[in-house]
Amino acid sequence: MATEILMPALSPTMKEGKVARWLRKPGDAIAAGDVIAEIETDKATMEVEAVDEGRLGQILVPEGTENVAVNTPIAVLLAEGEDASAMPAAAPTAAAKPAVAQPSCAPSVAAPTAAPVAPQPEKDWGETTEITVREALRDAMAAELARDEDVFLIGEEVAQYQGAYKVSQGLLDQFGEKRVIDTPITEQGFTGMAIGAALTGLRPIVEFMTMNFAMQAIDQIINSAAKTRYMSGGQMSCPIVFRGPNGAAARVGAQHSQCYASWYGHVPGLKVVAPWSAADAKGLLRAAIRDPNPVVFLENEILYGQRFPCPVDEDFILPIGKAKVEREGHDVTIVTFSIMVGVALEAAAKLAEQGIEAEVINLRTIRPLDTRTVVDSVKKTSRLVTVEEGWPFAGIGAEVAMQVIEHAFDYLDAPPVRVAGADVPMPFAANLEKLALPNTDWIINAVRQVV
Amino acid sequence: MSNETDPGLGGGHNSRAMTEADLKHAYYQMVLIRRFEERSGQLYGMGLIGGFCHLYIGQEAVVVGIQMELRQGDKIITSYRDHGQMLAAGMDPRGVMAELTGREGGYSHGKGGSMHMFSSEKHFYGGHGIVGAQVSLGIGLAFANKYRGTDEVSVTYYGEGASNQGQVYESFNLAALHKLPCLFVLENNRYGMGTSVERASASKALWRNGEPWGIPGMYVDGMDVQAVRAAAAEAVAHCRAGKGPVLLEVDTYRYRGHSMSDPAKYRQRSEVDEIRKTQDPIDRVRRELLAMGVEENELKAMDEQVKAVVTDAAAFAQTSPEPDPSELWTDILVES
Repeated sequence: MATEILMPALSPTMKEGKVARWLRKPGDAIAAGDVIAEIETDKATMEVEAVDEGRLGQILVPEGTENVAVNTPIAVLLAEGEDASAMPAAAPTAAAKPAVAQPSCAPSVAAPTAAPVAPQPEKDWGETTEITVREALRDAMAAELARDEDVFLIGEEVAQYQGAYKVSQGLLDQFGEKRVIDTPITEQGFTGMAIGAALTGLRPIVEFMTMNFAMQAIDQIINSAAKTRYMSGGQMSCPIVFRGPNGAAARVGAQHSQCYASWYGHVPGLKVVAPWSAADAKGLLRAAIRDPNPVVFLENEILYGQRFPCPVDEDFILPIGKAKVEREGHDVTIVTFSIMVGVALEAAAKLAEQGIEAEVINLRTIRPLDTRTVVDSVKKTSRLVTVEEGWPFAGIGAEVAMQVIEHAFDYLDAPPVRVAGADVPMPFAANLEKLALPNTDWIINAVRQVV
Repeated sequence: MSNETDPGLGGGHNSRAMTEADLKHAYYQMVLIRRFEERSGQLYGMGLIGGFCHLYIGQEAVVVGIQMELRQGDKIITSYRDHGQMLAAGMDPRGVMAELTGREGGYSHGKGGSMHMFSSEKHFYGGHGIVGAQVSLGIGLAFANKYRGTDEVSVTYYGEGASNQGQVYESFNLAALHKLPCLFVLENNRYGMGTSVERASASKALWRNGEPWGIPGMYVDGMDVQAVRAAAAEAVAHCRAGKGPVLLEVDTYRYRGHSMSDPAKYRQRSEVDEIRKTQDPIDRVRRELLAMGVEENELKAMDEQVKAVVTDAAAFAQTSPEPDPSELWTDILVES
C-alpha cells in the first residue's frame, strides 16, 4: 500500500527545513537505500534515503520549499502495481505514519546500532564492605577460577611470587599449578600460547606485569585474538582476558608509564575495560572472564592499595559497556575513567564550593563506549570536559567529544574541553612528572572555561 | 638434502612402509592439491582472486605425509601458505576456493581470504598472515590438549623464513618447559620470499634449532611422501606419548613464487626446472605406484576424479554470490 515519505529531522532540535532538491521524479522505481532528495537547514545539507522500495508517486512538497515542518509528508511511495489513486489525501493527517525515510550521510550499509535501551538504574547489591582494589581483583579471579574449570591464570610471577603487585596472592595455594601458571619473561610467547588455548575454548586470564610489556605481544592481541572471529566467519572465538596495571605509576619513567586505553579502544573485536573502584574491579573482572570475547582489562597500580566499599553478595557482577554516574550535577559533564575518576570527584567537590555542580561519569568500559549515558548527561548540562591520564592526541577524550558532537551537538553551549596527560614521554624527575599528569586544578580550570 | 648427518629420533623414519592403498591415497591427495593450486593460479590471473595468493605447488608431499599420521581431534595451524594444509585436513575444496574468490560459500564467508581460513570441524586453526605468529598459537593448541588431559597432538607448520622470528624460540622454550604435545613442522622451501635460507640463517641445520631446549630434531626429504609419513609417525608418537615437542625439518621446494606477484629474480629458472624434473613428489609416487604394479589407467582415473573435483570447486567459487553486505558487520564479537 502507498506510504508517505515524511520530512525527516536532521537533529533533535530541528523543527523545520528546506526541501532543497528532488533527485527522483514521479514514476521512478525506488530501491531501499536510494537517495531521493536533499534537505537543508541553516546548519547542514543532508540526503534523504528511501527505506522501502516501490515507485515514487506524487511529490507533495516541490523543491525549493522552505520552512517545511518535520514529519510533513513530502512525497508518496507506491507499492508495485498501485497507481496514483491509491495515494492518501495530500493533506497530512493527524495519524501520519512514522517516517519512512531517513536522512543519511552514512555508507549505504551502515553499522547496526544497538536498539536504544532506556538506562536502567544500577542494581542495588545490598551490603558492602571496604576492600582494596587489589583484593577485589583477587576475589574476582578466585570466584571465577572456582566457577569454571576452563579458567586459568597465566603470567610472570603470578604463582609462587604471588603476583608482582600481589594481585594473585593465595591463588596458587587455592587452585594449584595447573590453574595458576608462572611463565618465563616471554610476553609474545605466552600471550600467543594463551590465545591459542582460548581458540580451543579455554578461558585464560593473561596477567601482564604492566601493560607496557604487553606491547611485546600486541601483535598477538590484535592480529590473533581480536581478528580471528571475523576472519573465520564466526567459527572461532577467543574468550580471554588480558589484564595488568596501565598508565603512570610513580617515578617509573617513560617506558613504564603509558596509558593504552586509546590503543586498544581503537580495535574492533576487542572489549576494553578500565575500572576505578574496588566494586568496578571486582564486578567488571568477573564479567570480563565470563565474556566470550577478548577483553583488555586496564588496571592502575596506584589504585591497587586504595579502599572502596564493595558489595559482599557472592553473585556480584557488573555489565561491560555501562558507565556509572558517580556524581550528579547539572552545570557540566566530566567524563573520565580509571584513576582520574577520583581526581575528577575531588575537583567536583571543590567546584561545588564555588557553586558549580559537575556531573562526573566513570566510563568503566572504553569499548564498547556507553555513549548513551554521556549524551544524556550532556543534554542536561550542555557542557563537556573529558579527563584522562594518557596523551591527548587521538585519545579517549577525542572520541568522547566526537560522540557528543555526533549525538548532541545542538545541546552544547560551549566547545568541549579535554584534560589529558602532557604530550611528552613520562619524565622521571618528581617535579616534571607532577607537571605531566592531570590534577584537580587542571580539571577546575577546564570546567571554568566551559561554564 | 644438504645435511651431513641423519638425525632422527630412532633412525627409523626412512623406512618404506606405505601400503599400496596408502600410497594411492597419498597420490590422490597430492594431485588434488597440485591441481587445486594450478586452478587457483589461473583464477588469480583472470582477476577472480584478489590480493595475496601463496601457492603450495612443489610442497604437496609435506602436508599429505604428515596428515596421514594424524587422527580426529589433532589440531593443525599454519602460515598464509595454507591451501595445501586445508585440503589435506579434509576441508571441502569448494569452500576453500570460494574463500579465495571472496564469496559467501567460502569457509569464512569471504571475510578471511586466501590467508585466513579456519575449520572448527577439522580442527584447522588457520591461516595466519604474520610470519611466525602461528607458532606461539600452535603451542597454545598443544597447551589446551594437555590442560584437558587428552592425547591429541598439535601440528604447527612454519617456514624456514619464520624460523628467524624470536617468538619461534620463545615457543620452543615454553613447549619444552611444559612438555607440550606439539609437532613443529619446519617446511624449508629454501626461500623466505626472495631471500634464500643461506642468506638468512646462520644455522645450517635448522632441525637442530630446538637443541638448546632439548627438543628432538628430525630431518626428512620433503619430496618423498613415504619418508615424510614415516618421520611423522615417529614424531607424532613421541608427542602423543607425552614426551614433549619435536622439531621436524622437512626439506622441500616451492615451484611458484612467494606469492602470485613474485618477480622471481632471486633464482634461476633452471633451478626450478631441474628440481621439478628430478625430484617432483608426485612423479615420484607415480613411479612407485607403477612399480608396485598399479595400472596406468587407474592413476588416470584418479587424475580425472581430481579434475572433476577441482572444476566443480572452481565453478562453485565463481557462482557462489558475494557475501551479503550485512556480513560486513557480523562476527566481530560473540553476542552474549
